[in-house]
Amino acid sequence: MNELDTLLQASKVAWLTAEGDDSDVVLASRIRLARNLRQLPFPNRADLAQLQKADESLQGAMPAVETALGEHMTRVDMENISGLQREVLRDKQLISDNLLKNPQHRTVYCNDSQNVSVMVNEDDHIRIQCLTPGLNLETPLQKAFAVDDALEGQLDIAFDEKMGYLTACPTNMGTGLRASVLLHLPGMVYTRNVSSIINISPQLGLAVRPLFGDEKEQPGCLFQIANQLTLGYSEQELIDNLRGAVTEIVAHERRARKALALYMKERLEDEVWRAVGTLSYARLLSEKEVLELASRLRLGLDLKLIRGIAPECYGEVLISGRSSFLQNLAENENLTKTEIDRLRAQHVRKILERYRLRLEE
Amino acid sequence: MLCDDCGRKEAVVHITQIGADGRVEKHLCESCAAAYNDFVGVQQDGRHVSVDDFLRGIFGSAQGQENKASGGTGELSCPHCGMSYRDFRQTGKIGCAACYDTFRGQLEPILRRIHGSSVHRGKIPHRSGGTLELKQTIAQLSQQLKACVEQEEYEKAAELRDKVRALKQELQQKEGGQDHE
Repeated sequence: MNELDTLLQASKVAWLTAEGDDSDVVLASRIRLARNLRQLPFPNRADLAQLQKADESLQGAMPAVETALGEHMTRVDMENISGLQREVLRDKQLISDNLLKNPQHRTVYCNDSQNVSVMVNEDDHIRIQCLTPGLNLETPLQKAFAVDDALEGQLDIAFDEKMGYLTACPTNMGTGLRASVLLHLPGMVYTRNVSSIINISPQLGLAVRPLFGDEKEQPGCLFQIANQLTLGYSEQELIDNLRGAVTEIVAHERRARKALALYMKERLEDEVWRAVGTLSYARLLSEKEVLELASRLRLGLDLKLIRGIAPECYGEVLISGRSSFLQNLAENENLTKTEIDRLRAQHVRKILERYRLRLEE
Repeated sequence: MLCDDCGRKEAVVHITQIGADGRVEKHLCESCAAAYNDFVGVQQDGRHVSVDDFLRGIFGSAQGQENKASGGTGELSCPHCGMSYRDFRQTGKIGCAACYDTFRGQLEPILRRIHGSSVHRGKIPHRSGGTLELKQTIAQLSQQLKACVEQEEYEKAAELRDKVRALKQELQQKEGGQDHE
């Protein structure tokens, strides 16, 4: 199996492993740094030759990054892979929508455990991204800094003494830092408290958005919270601020879960076990259904209502539940919806079987 | 024909939907039709407002003020990538590193409006950051020095004073060296 296939077909990713601090609520933490090359116009303004030049410059600098990380980085040219394969990378959070839509001279470098990626010619020439499970912004920040230092040793980075790192979009100026945390908030969703978090966060310089869905409905109860400001504060201050807010949200979520477990225990137990049942035995599952059921499964595991299944199964169910992932695995872009749903149910069943410790109650 | 929903404006969109309830006809005005996402099959994505829209607005209003003050910056364009201020207003994106120098006067108020500040206080590149890293270290140490003096930790303060002195000398040498070039 070649490197690209391994990257695309692995249903286990290092940043979704149910480990880390506060992992009952915080699924993963992410750091992204935006950087640009001094001499070339930013990607939105660059012609194809200039994009290619940026790509080549980065390629030349990558060995230094590999040395700094002590890890091999796989290069993937967006132009050389199919739209479906790009979607898989997007669903695994390795590339952004921007790279998906404009593949010309766009590249991503990614390590084997899929928690470090460097995007080339996104909005900015360089986007460094590091992911880690649970609430932990320091480790990925240090890792991203290591990548940044290695690149900066080889390349002339656009930097201004007063304004900091220069970026294509003024909303990233200064530190170029976007720190974000992926939260699982079923308690807040069921007790209808999510909107208050979404409304308060801008006052704290943070933005909350559902990972899937919209304001009305959020299948999977997954939310992303990230810093909005990037200038005028140090990286450490920005992540401290985010961590403070996240800790508060975690406390609220736990309280909501406790209330649910106390006042409607029977109903909750029924819901989570039904989810286990459906995921274990259903023959057809839609994308949205898997998101919702996986969320209940995870809630049941975190509240210790479900025993006998290892919590790590959640990450794999989430990744394998994506249609693009399944279509790519089947090497067929033209599957009908029913065929995909059948494939999805099959995969989810297998995963649950694999993670079943013992199921007797 | 007036719109079925609001009954005020002229209906311009006519939809016939055949579903479980049989045949349903709808005649809608433009604004009401826009609300019928699923009905007309308009993708949700299309309605989302992106951050670029806001930036465009900010760029636009900043230029308005600028025009009043200095009689127009429309002709100003970046010598490196050829981007003009008008292009910013359209795309909400900046063209290249040199643009920041060209449009510094216009961009700083915008940055202050977005971030509440226009001064970077974070990481500095070792190579292209120039003497800034050194200056920042000196500022940090001086602050520690002051704290030590206040708490009467004179031994530690003396240590810090020597460090600051050495760094200041290094800075002078570096800056002096640059002047000669």
